[in-house]
Amino acid sequence: MSVRRLHADQPDSFAFSDENASWASGQIAKFPEGRQASAIIALLWQAQKQEGWLSEPAIRTIADMLDMPHIRAMEVATFYTMFNLSPVGEHFVQLCGTTPCWLRGADDLKSVCRNVIGEPGDITEDGKLSWLEVECLGACVNAPMVQINDDFYEDLTAASLEQLLQDLRDGKTVATGPQNSRHGSEPEGGLTVLKGEQ
Amino acid sequence: MSDKVNLTVDGTAVSVAPGTTILQACEEAGAEIPRFCYHERLSVAGNCRMCLVEVEKAPKPVASCAMPVAPDMVVSTKSDSVKAAREGVMEFLLINHPLDCPICDQGGECDLQDQALGFGGDASRFADNKRAVENKHMGPLVSTIMTRCIHCTRCVRFAQEVAGVPEIGAIGRGEDMEITTYLEASLDSELSGNVIDLCPVGALTSRPYAFTARPWELKKTETIDVMDAVGSNIRVDMRGREAMRIMPRNHDDVNEEWLSDKSRFVWDGLNTQRLDRPYVRDGQNLAPASWEEAFAHIAEKLNGKGAKAAAIAGDLVCGEGQFALKALMDKLESPHVDCRQDGAKLSGPRGNYIFNTSIAGIEEADALLLIGTNPRLEAPVLNARIRKRYLMGNFPIATLGAPAELTYEADNIGAGPDTLADVLAGKHGFSDVLAKAERPMIILGQGALTRADGDAVLAAAIALAEKSGAISDTWNGFNVLHTAAARVAGLDLGLLPGEGGLDVAGIQQAAQSGEVETVILYGADEIAGASLGDAFVIYIGSHGDRGAHRADVILPAAAYTEKQAIYVNTEGRPQMTEPAATPPGEAREDWKIFRALSEVLGLTLPFDNLADLRSAMFEVAPHFAQLDGLSESAAPQAAAKDMAAAKMSREAFAYSVNDFYFTNPIARASATMADCAKAKQQRDGETEGTGTHG
Repeated sequence: MSVRRLHADQPDSFAFSDENASWASGQIAKFPEGRQASAIIALLWQAQKQEGWLSEPAIRTIADMLDMPHIRAMEVATFYTMFNLSPVGEHFVQLCGTTPCWLRGADDLKSVCRNVIGEPGDITEDGKLSWLEVECLGACVNAPMVQINDDFYEDLTAASLEQLLQDLRDGKTVATGPQNSRHGSEPEGGLTVLKGEQ
Repeated sequence: MSDKVNLTVDGTAVSVAPGTTILQACEEAGAEIPRFCYHERLSVAGNCRMCLVEVEKAPKPVASCAMPVAPDMVVSTKSDSVKAAREGVMEFLLINHPLDCPICDQGGECDLQDQALGFGGDASRFADNKRAVENKHMGPLVSTIMTRCIHCTRCVRFAQEVAGVPEIGAIGRGEDMEITTYLEASLDSELSGNVIDLCPVGALTSRPYAFTARPWELKKTETIDVMDAVGSNIRVDMRGREAMRIMPRNHDDVNEEWLSDKSRFVWDGLNTQRLDRPYVRDGQNLAPASWEEAFAHIAEKLNGKGAKAAAIAGDLVCGEGQFALKALMDKLESPHVDCRQDGAKLSGPRGNYIFNTSIAGIEEADALLLIGTNPRLEAPVLNARIRKRYLMGNFPIATLGAPAELTYEADNIGAGPDTLADVLAGKHGFSDVLAKAERPMIILGQGALTRADGDAVLAAAIALAEKSGAISDTWNGFNVLHTAAARVAGLDLGLLPGEGGLDVAGIQQAAQSGEVETVILYGADEIAGASLGDAFVIYIGSHGDRGAHRADVILPAAAYTEKQAIYVNTEGRPQMTEPAATPPGEAREDWKIFRALSEVLGLTLPFDNLADLRSAMFEVAPHFAQLDGLSESAAPQAAAKDMAAAKMSREAFAYSVNDFYFTNPIARASATMADCAKAKQQRDGETEGTGTHG
């Protein structure tokens, strides 16, 4: 993890879409009077879903919506790494580099990302892809893996990740989950135990 | 719940109230606990871990600042495991703290330095690179070297809790946590300098004091502040003749341990624009003169025309000086004396013009009405006390006047006397609030008193206080908030127009018409020079400001840090200043000037030294002798002639302080105050339309 800063280029303003705005007021209404600030994470997350990342106007607008000091919203936005403080590509790759994935070849996946996309945080010129290394995403049994937007892509190799990125770029439909023959986290090549009576 | 809790600290039995923390109990028992994040006037954070102690049967050391006592606890603060724990914490703190004490302004008065001496190791075991943090902008007063920050969050809690401007926060997390304001805006507080004192390391230091002195080369003088009428207790640090900085002293009943930015950073104003020798006007110019020449010139103008002289006392002058001025005017047989240069309609029994509830008493009030006052600008430290009371809950606050940005929630119920009349007549919702409150408070500001109908407003406010039960045998909720440190002493000593005498406005008119030929301005700098017509003006004061510019003769006097003198704060609490330095050049203490002048005029005043003067003064105002005491005052009483509410005009109340940083000649001479005003202007410009100005 490193120091997280607001992006240098900020939009002038932020506003929730009508749909998100009514969703947000629903979230705020969940909390008792005077405790509206509790909705901060839900609202920041929705703003990120809408824009792809959290801009300074978004943080400020949400703080105002919740009647809390701007700096308190900023504290939350900078604390959680799930909030992107800079723009990301249409397909945002979060590559797990923690020990199990690393042992299973996360370094190879990183060089694929470097070759195809660029340095962490860079967005490709077509705006389709960007990537970051993240800490354990909890799918160690299918290591190495990446998360792209809301989905996990597991049991990757350098070749399969490269193909996956190309497919995403081309707008093809891709399968989520393990990218080899495995089903879920079952053993590769079918069951080895509990196969019934022998 | 009143039962005490008994516990043992290092073998000593102590008995404390339930809810006390272990740290407080240890202090009670005389055991010193090192700490960084804990501060008795802030909420408990418990994040520095320096205060670890061993508690019997606890599996591991506990943070004593955050743990309440339990019956029969056995606490050890000196065991080997406590020592090891503290050394461990200290080693972690020092991992990322730079070794730049030799160039750090906190050096010599640094908590981390001191405690590292006690609990630190002899050498570092940390071989990796230290963390470095970008410095943050926090305005013209607070300098930041954030690499030194140990994340105690005292500044964050101070801004949120005491100052009431939640603008400082900790962004990021873990090793990358950084203390900053939102987008590095300068702090919008009149109390921002206090974060410098609170910072236990050199991360937040004083920008104007930066790299100018070391604490051990300063001569420290404990004295009283006069930038507002609170009478904050301060310590002036001098190097040679030069004031290097001003720090607060603790006084639980006055300023606790806070100090407003104007009081703290005004010291450069003490070193500039000083009047260090007498001047006599020679045509357009003021020519330097000797004391003898200046006195001779005055004697020539005044001889035989004493009754045509008038005197106005200013905002920063002391009790002794005002007493001597009054004595001189009596000798001159002139009744034209006034200490209310702003024209406030204050006189009558003492209860009419002091802050009867007392500053500490604010904490006991249960409803508050502010009339024509913005305490945030007029008395920031007193405002912090109102906020403290507000945070305890159940404290409805209403304001009368233009909507102002206060540091607590207040209901702006109206702009002018109309609403005051409604509240008085019981026609307003807030009348009920005041009536139901057991200890309601009314604070009347100078903005409501300096108007033409000030008498009527005062009478209405007193009537309201009486009607809502704010004045009883046990409670006095009628308060006047002064902005001038000199004022209460002046009123106590009777510097008011005598029989047939003129008040400030009258003196100005008479000076224009020629009825008054000589005007003595004693530190009075808020009078427009042109309003004094062709009168012969004698200015006695410390700074070359508006008064000196108009003067025909200037007699240089001492500033508040250069004399031993009594000031009476807005509560009526007399406090004595101590000289941190001698007056510059040929300047003299104020009373000596009046005494010397009286001799030249052949009207020698009957005191030859300060002790004689004081005993004469104590005869007029006996309570001055009880330094730091609050004496019983007569209950406020409105003069019958002012009682008709109809006498009030409909004009909205204005506030007396709009330019917080420029309220007096010393502040106007200070470059730091000018920087602050500029920063404030910028900030207000950026948030145009979202807040009120001034």
